[in-house]
Amino acid sequence: MSDARKGDVLLEMKDTRIDGFSDNRWHQIIKGVDLALHRGEVLGLIGESGAGKSTLGKAAMGYAQPGCKIKSGSIMFDGIDIMAATEAEKRKLWGSRMAYVAQSAAASFNPAHRLIGQTVESTVAHNVRGEAEAREDAVDLFRQLSLPDPETIGERYPHQVSGGQLQRVMTAMAMSPRPDLIIFDEPTTALDVTTQVDVLLSMRAIVEEFNTAAIYITHDLAVVAQMADRIKVLRYGEEVEDADTATMLSAPTQDYTKSLWSVRALEKPQNPSDDIVLSINNVDAAYGGNIKVLHDVSIRVPRGRTVSIVGESGSGKSTTARVVTGLLPPMTGSITFDGEPLPPELKSRSKDQLRRIQMIYQMADTAMNPKQSVGEIIGRPLSFYHDMTGAQRDARVVELLDMIELDASFADRLPGELSGGQKQRICIARALAAEPDIIICDEVTSALDQIVQEGILKLLLRLQREFGITYIFITHDIAVVKAISDEIVVMFQGGVVEQGLKDDVLAPPFKDYTKLLLDSVPEMDPNWLDDIATERASQ
Amino acid sequence: MTDKMNDLKDTQPANVPADAFAASDAKQEAYSAAAEAGAVRVRRSRWERSRIALSKAPATAWFGLIVIALYAFVAIFAQLIAPYGEAEIFAKAELPWASLGGQSEHFFGTDQIGRDVLTRLIYGAQNTIGIALMTTLLSFLIGGSLGLIAAINRSWLDQILSRGVDVLMSIPSLIFALMLLSIFGSSIPSLIGIIAVLDSTRVFRLTRSVAVNVVVMDYMEAAKLRGEGLGWIMRKEILPNIMPPLVAEFGLRFSFVFLTIAALSFLGLGIQPPTADWGSMVRDGSRFIQFVAYDWTLALPSLLPAGAVALLTVAVNFVVDWFLHKTSGLRDE
Repeated sequence: MSDARKGDVLLEMKDTRIDGFSDNRWHQIIKGVDLALHRGEVLGLIGESGAGKSTLGKAAMGYAQPGCKIKSGSIMFDGIDIMAATEAEKRKLWGSRMAYVAQSAAASFNPAHRLIGQTVESTVAHNVRGEAEAREDAVDLFRQLSLPDPETIGERYPHQVSGGQLQRVMTAMAMSPRPDLIIFDEPTTALDVTTQVDVLLSMRAIVEEFNTAAIYITHDLAVVAQMADRIKVLRYGEEVEDADTATMLSAPTQDYTKSLWSVRALEKPQNPSDDIVLSINNVDAAYGGNIKVLHDVSIRVPRGRTVSIVGESGSGKSTTARVVTGLLPPMTGSITFDGEPLPPELKSRSKDQLRRIQMIYQMADTAMNPKQSVGEIIGRPLSFYHDMTGAQRDARVVELLDMIELDASFADRLPGELSGGQKQRICIARALAAEPDIIICDEVTSALDQIVQEGILKLLLRLQREFGITYIFITHDIAVVKAISDEIVVMFQGGVVEQGLKDDVLAPPFKDYTKLLLDSVPEMDPNWLDDIATERASQ
Repeated sequence: MTDKMNDLKDTQPANVPADAFAASDAKQEAYSAAAEAGAVRVRRSRWERSRIALSKAPATAWFGLIVIALYAFVAIFAQLIAPYGEAEIFAKAELPWASLGGQSEHFFGTDQIGRDVLTRLIYGAQNTIGIALMTTLLSFLIGGSLGLIAAINRSWLDQILSRGVDVLMSIPSLIFALMLLSIFGSSIPSLIGIIAVLDSTRVFRLTRSVAVNVVVMDYMEAAKLRGEGLGWIMRKEILPNIMPPLVAEFGLRFSFVFLTIAALSFLGLGIQPPTADWGSMVRDGSRFIQFVAYDWTLALPSLLPAGAVALLTVAVNFVVDWFLHKTSGLRDE
């Protein structure tokens, strides 16, 4: 890790230009990027979505996804001119000397075949090793990637292992032919923080073990800081900055890079309050009557404050939200809203009760009807709850658009014509239109880029100051929690581990699970993963 | 798959010149949400959009549109266009094209009991298309609304409706229709009702299967949480999102209903004389087929209505294909 230049140049890309086809025209996606990768070196490619990271990573293998074409530039891989290579020549390299680890392991495995067969498939197909030998080697790889039961795990089907394990099997699959180059395309983005640490540790160990060169694509700076020797920042298909990890973290030269770094610094002071607007009292809930997902959950939400619910996936965060909104009536327990009991069933709640609790979703794409214009989306709660019509309604829509920092011209657009951040703002405006007391935010920032995230969080904070809205904020991202909360609820396996003021929960003494959760969040320190590894080894 | 598509789409917002990025890079201006996706695209009015769509329509679509317009014109103004009355009988039987020699008043000749074939064709358009259209609309009303309700409900009601539809679909539809028609009598209202109900089973299945994909979307949950009623959810939230497959199905169903009615008429249980209809015209004309060896024009009384059915079927499907192609690709532009 410390020695950045480990060997001779393995991959060299010069002035690479890639075009993509959309809206009936060709657009430049990558505008002349140079890239050099030495043997055994790990290069981190970072940038927001649409920066061209994945496209560049795939181009390094000579692959252009459908709708894209590599227009010009040179790509040399170990003396082979990839640009001049035929499909057959490239196919010989792929899966033997070059390998690719995709973001979604679950979508990349064939569900009908056992893991071991898929792991060794390309190794055997390329005659790198015989079937029996490859299988033995795969078991060794499973062991090195610290998968449980390495001898037998290969006999399972993809749905029989967890997401983190599947991602490690995929790394084993990539490593099986002992390639010279591996492209990791956001391999841990879909994983929980606690799982992510394990996967990162095993990935890094194995890359070092075999001195494999790798390109690690991600939008998470803290992750790339752990993995990469060198970092390249991309924006709009152009290189912004390229430097050693340590230099890049301590002294970024470009403004854009600095702005990426500073996003994580957002933090609001906590503001305690005893005026409880909503309380969840000893709620048990189950799906389908038998699979119990919430056990004795009690949460108090003070008025005009933000309560963050944190925990890994499957901890019952979203289920709690469904109970509050009435989509999933609890088996036992009750909810008190503004001093009065809230009917458990959605149907038995009054229109006014529905109006006062609004919800914002993680995927703004699917939370808006693609066939309705922004004006209709925001206008519907106005006419539904407040009986506004015609010009009065239109004027209010413009006011709401102004509140979320968008101008009136957006009212005519369809959701498909908006960026991710704008979509989320429209969802916020739709919730605001109802004039609610409480807004439940379910992972509202997790699908967004860092800079856009910051914008959304600042908007939510400002709206809280101006209108005294209470937020129930569901997230797994500790940086977001620090930025927005007054109080924190930690959930684990359907139960509440603790609830308290932000500073109390995030400072020692920790509860065991809270500590594990906090420790798993990657920090911007390149030695963080090493420290974790040493700490775990000593235990 | 979707990831890749998003990558591709997000890579460069539409209609932004490349140097716009350079400018924003250089300035590092304050963050602005409105500037996120670049230039604001002005939405065109509905009229403008359909004008643009038409100007880009392929030749087949134009052909289909013109043929449909022609049929519609003939069907609507049948009473004005037709040279004679629908059931008017002439004493002398005439061969087609005898009029060209100035010997007859009847362009396509007369049929077996001396009715003008051209007149019958024109009235047949009105009757056959009118009934087929009514039937298709009714079957979509029944099948579509029940399908949506089943998709939203997803419990006991869905089970009852779906299994009921399975039972109806398991009986061969033409034979079932024949049986029902002999029970209820072959009047035009019962003909429309019976075929509509039988056809609505297919519409129900399609609607339900495409609607269940929409029902699971977050915006449906948002509408439910808002407290919206069933009517709004069906009309405003689901229907606009499942239109393309339904329209395609409409084109097909219309053609099939058309053929079913023609087939029933051919079998003698469809539209009853003296009402003109293409199916029964084919049947009546088919008696002359054995004499075609002596004079090919004798085939015309049955070929003409059969050709009219075929041409309309082709035209409708050309238009549906074009519409499908358009909605599956980019929408505005």
